[in-house]
Amino acid sequence: MYQAAFTKGLLMNNESLLQIKNISKSFFGNQVLHDVSFDVKKGEIVGLVGENGAGKSTLMNILFGMPVISQTGGYEGDIIIDGKKVNFSTPFDAIDAGIGMVHQEFSLLPGFTAIENILLNKEPLKYNFLVDIFGEKMHTLDYEKMRQLAKQAIDTLGVNIDLDMLVSEMPVGHKQFTEIARELERTNTKILVFDEPTAVLTESEADILLKAIKKLAAQGIAIIFISHRLQEVLTIADKIVVLRDGKLITETETKKTNMRQVVEWMVGHTVDEKKQTARKDKTGGKVILSVENLWVDMPGELVRDVSFEVYEGEILGFGGLAGQGKLGIPNGIMGFFPAGGKVIFDGKKLDIRKTKDTIAKGLAFVSEDRRGVGLLLEETIDWNIAFTAMQIQEKYLKKFLGGLIKWRDDKAISDLAEFYIKKFEIKCVSASQLAQELSGGNQQKICLAKAFALEPKLLFVSEPTRGIDVGAKKLVLDTIREYNREHGTTIVMISSELEELRSVCDRIAIVDEGKISGILTPDASLEDFGFLMVGSSKDNV
Amino acid sequence: MKNKEQKILQDVNEEKCDVVITPKVSPIKRFIDAAGWPRIIIAIFLLVLFICAPFVKLSLSRSISDTLVRVGMNAIMVLALVPMVQSGCGLNFGLPLGFLAGILGALLSIEFKMTGLLGLFGAILMSLPFSLLFGYGYGLLLNRVKGDEMMIATYVGFSSVSLFCMLWLLLPFRSPVMVWGFAGKGLRTTISVDQFWQNTLSDILSFRIGSDFYFPTGMYIFFAIMCFFIWAFFHTKTGTAMTAVGSNPDFARASGVNVDASRTLSVVLSTVLGGIGIIIYQQSYGFIQIYNGPQYMGFPAVAAILLGGASVHKANIGNVIIGTFLFQGILTMAPSVINSALKTDMSEIFRIIISMGMILYALTRKTKVRS
Repeated sequence: MYQAAFTKGLLMNNESLLQIKNISKSFFGNQVLHDVSFDVKKGEIVGLVGENGAGKSTLMNILFGMPVISQTGGYEGDIIIDGKKVNFSTPFDAIDAGIGMVHQEFSLLPGFTAIENILLNKEPLKYNFLVDIFGEKMHTLDYEKMRQLAKQAIDTLGVNIDLDMLVSEMPVGHKQFTEIARELERTNTKILVFDEPTAVLTESEADILLKAIKKLAAQGIAIIFISHRLQEVLTIADKIVVLRDGKLITETETKKTNMRQVVEWMVGHTVDEKKQTARKDKTGGKVILSVENLWVDMPGELVRDVSFEVYEGEILGFGGLAGQGKLGIPNGIMGFFPAGGKVIFDGKKLDIRKTKDTIAKGLAFVSEDRRGVGLLLEETIDWNIAFTAMQIQEKYLKKFLGGLIKWRDDKAISDLAEFYIKKFEIKCVSASQLAQELSGGNQQKICLAKAFALEPKLLFVSEPTRGIDVGAKKLVLDTIREYNREHGTTIVMISSELEELRSVCDRIAIVDEGKISGILTPDASLEDFGFLMVGSSKDNV
Repeated sequence: MKNKEQKILQDVNEEKCDVVITPKVSPIKRFIDAAGWPRIIIAIFLLVLFICAPFVKLSLSRSISDTLVRVGMNAIMVLALVPMVQSGCGLNFGLPLGFLAGILGALLSIEFKMTGLLGLFGAILMSLPFSLLFGYGYGLLLNRVKGDEMMIATYVGFSSVSLFCMLWLLLPFRSPVMVWGFAGKGLRTTISVDQFWQNTLSDILSFRIGSDFYFPTGMYIFFAIMCFFIWAFFHTKTGTAMTAVGSNPDFARASGVNVDASRTLSVVLSTVLGGIGIIIYQQSYGFIQIYNGPQYMGFPAVAAILLGGASVHKANIGNVIIGTFLFQGILTMAPSVINSALKTDMSEIFRIIISMGMILYALTRKTKVRS
């Protein structure tokens, strides 16, 4: 029997190193993973693809034993490594079991050199007499040995990095390689997870990285590769696993598929085709906003070079995957982050560093960061709605002594709030309730009311339905559409949800890697949108 | 890795918090929530002290009178904290900087032999250039240390007091009531304003009941005017912007408000009020205390406003009035009642325990504000 178990273990070892079996996970009743199973063999590269929110990150968090999983009630199903069922409660357990992870955001110590980072907390030690007196902690580091080990790890990758350079001085590519080298240096690393490793790399660096990954796989390390650049996934992966809405759509060999098919799997076909009835084509009309060569340094949403025109009266949508820069566009134009480029609004050049002037000229912005930027959580609803209009347009103020004293007109402010509370059906006790006491959907309505109170000519609405429930979503979207129709206000809407954009917008621009990869009409096929999102146009497939 | 966790938790929270909170509580509970346990306990304690006073042979009317005078003396210094709390700069532990400006004004007024109300208002007017200048520089400094304002402010207070210790010796004041008698130069540690403007403000419309009770009406009228100014200021466009800056600087910036300018203005206001506050204190107390005198005078003010129910970034005039009354009441009554009962002098120790204890309590509650 002993023998049998042993043989079985061996067999499994040859078959699959990591088995993910029937994994399900929900956050507070919201099912994010649904019965997902797949295997990863030794030396195999598995490409894990899916849209934002498909469940990739949650799956990796489970695999890596992130505390957020156990804090929210754990998961269902089994993870089997080397034939043994595991359930990691901390990332340290996962590391001990031989799982390494390379993150999109670096977790390196900036003030340390490459060597020190690679060997952090596993440095070879040198004995000295103090050890006998004061104990283990008195060992000194064996720099010679460290250099040797670090060099070995870097050489495995096939790149050339100055080992003595401080991480803070490295180009991003080198940081990425240092991070990978650190994971490799653990002698027991069996499985390596790459989460969007090429996002920050230049093309040539990405090529080197991909080669390095192949090399690692050839040495028998199993690799899970997550990237939104499908082209890369298709080149490198042996097997592709597609997730959509928390479900495993397919698990297939790369050889047997192509990009078109993968895109189809990712975006799905079962889309509700309730299209908006009257799409207006305003193209060719008056250009109200023209943007040329816009760059925005918004952390995590870098805009590299974006040019576009918005026609008066239309609803223009910006879509694309998270982190590609779509959110940076309105934030940059409104002057919230360092930005540059030529922006002409209503025939006049706009100094996009001056938020006050920008709003005064007729632009308004409903921020995606509702609780951070959009609201005064500790103030009343009426203050929230009226504040911007009061500060910039001097509305809701009584003036005394020839305008020397600008007295807040509390009556006018609460009237305004009452008006919007009725109009948008904001659920609250009164206009003097604190904004933080409202639900997400109602808070969003306040943000919209705040923008409408400015009576803008052009309104940016960023992620208007993020974090609010389905009913409120519909109301918010209807409000936006209605406002556009009734007041002729031009609206630029940024959203991660393609379906939302398709149901509201007249034109949709897709942003990828800080650039606009294409502009489509809402009735264009999902495939076309999918191609633009994954960084390649239809032509080069 | 950490970012990712936070992001997920945040998403989860947003999903979860989609509920409208409708408060349904009894009136008593609502009163307790609004007033807060610390205030209720302190108020009851104060009441007990007043009740005990006659039993340890203290005159009740004298005790109440003493308390009211002390409240009037300190109230403007407490009020001076409001602008900075509202603009998000936290509690102004650097209030001594304003006091120094006020002291300079008071000393100049004495140097110029100004007496009566002229002397008092002359002192206030002459303190303004200093407090405006100090406040502006202090404001610029605080804009560079966002998030750590209170700690930096504490040391601004300490270091400026020490710097002025040197200046008091060196500045060319000549008035014989102020300088050391032997050397004929260098200021004394305490300077009496007796011959100049002691109680000139307090005595306006003041009245006595019996032999023990005295009410400094003028001082209270002046305090009321100051409160009105602050109240009115926070009803203007600029004041509204300042409140928003304190509540959420990102929101204010997104609405086109110049956050730094608004914060600087609040610091200037606070410093100016601090200067006025110390002069009012001096006219009632009768002495100008210099050298290390102002060093710890900011702390009782901070303790008072916190006791009044202010948080680190929300304060109003009600907090100032309630807090000053409770705090000064305890400070006046507790030592005298306890001293009389125990026949020892522990007043200073009690004062320090109470004021520092209040500050400690309030600062530990700092993080609880944003839900």
